[in-house]
Amino acid sequence: MSFINFAGREIQCKIVYYGPGRCGKTTNLKYIYSRIKAQVRGKMISIDTKGDKTLFFDFLPLDLGKVGGFSIRIQLYTVPGQVHYNATRKLVLKGVDGVVFVADSLKVRREKNIESLENLIENLRDEGIDIRDIPLVMQYNKRDLQGGSVPILPLEVMERDLNSELKVPSFPASAIEGFGVFETLREISKLVAKDVSRRVLSGKKISSGF
Amino acid sequence: MDLVLLQGDLERIQGCLRRVLERSGAHCILLIDRSGQLISHWGDKPLDDSVALAALTAANFGATAAIARLLGEKDFSLLFHKGREENIHFSSIGDDFLLVTLFNNRASLGLVRLHVEKAIQELGGILEEISRR
Repeated sequence: MSFINFAGREIQCKIVYYGPGRCGKTTNLKYIYSRIKAQVRGKMISIDTKGDKTLFFDFLPLDLGKVGGFSIRIQLYTVPGQVHYNATRKLVLKGVDGVVFVADSLKVRREKNIESLENLIENLRDEGIDIRDIPLVMQYNKRDLQGGSVPILPLEVMERDLNSELKVPSFPASAIEGFGVFETLREISKLVAKDVSRRVLSGKKISSGF
Repeated sequence: MDLVLLQGDLERIQGCLRRVLERSGAHCILLIDRSGQLISHWGDKPLDDSVALAALTAANFGATAAIARLLGEKDFSLLFHKGREENIHFSSIGDDFLLVTLFNNRASLGLVRLHVEKAIQELGGILEEISRR
């Protein structure tokens, strides 16, 4: 559920980074936080376990600037990836406006990616959302490991496994090195802002600027 | 469902939040939705803190609702955390919104609850009107 404040000329949207455990969702947010100017980001909040797993979520609010006279504020969340934290994932998905699915490029994680995507489809359905109707971007993370000693899935295989039916924009990335992180963020922000303006602003004669 | 606020809506909401603070002695009050979006706030917390508080309190309320269901309750409609100096009080407004009130030990919990209860009735009406529009 996005929140549109005509009085303050502001739109707030919620974007959730989803994916299997240890695929790099939190690393995406940490990279964004480290590279973005302090004036356009708020406080990053992490609720994690003693290890490096996310227990509940990470949260990072960003100010994307103005579109059609409206300030666009987005809130990035991650979910815990581990299978047994599904109740928490459902809580974080409440009111979601867009999803980034972060897939792990490690060959041994192939099944986990597919399971996590199926779990996303099911949890969105419980929220009354068809995955084909919500802005969605795929990110194939850990591409920096290509050519190393650990077997990596070819991009074509990941596309076939995860994106052959959905056909959403996808980006190879390395959240740890940073490539692909902002491309992913830019694309999902654009899709979400377009979606919100189509849903809400079109009836109010406000040019979306996209 | 999107929530669209017009100028008049925001003024009514802020008027209601301001009255709670003036009458109860609380020092900050936030209206948020259950997905963690901050709708309006009044008081002494900077916006950055309020945005983070909104995300955390919505999650806290969601987690507590899950506990309630395990105990056979639909929801806990009220939560209260007491600190050494600072206290925080959460109440649900219908199924979609929360009112979060921050107050210190100089304010009385009873008075805060009384005025929060009144505000919930008023805000519930305003938000229902906005949602139906």
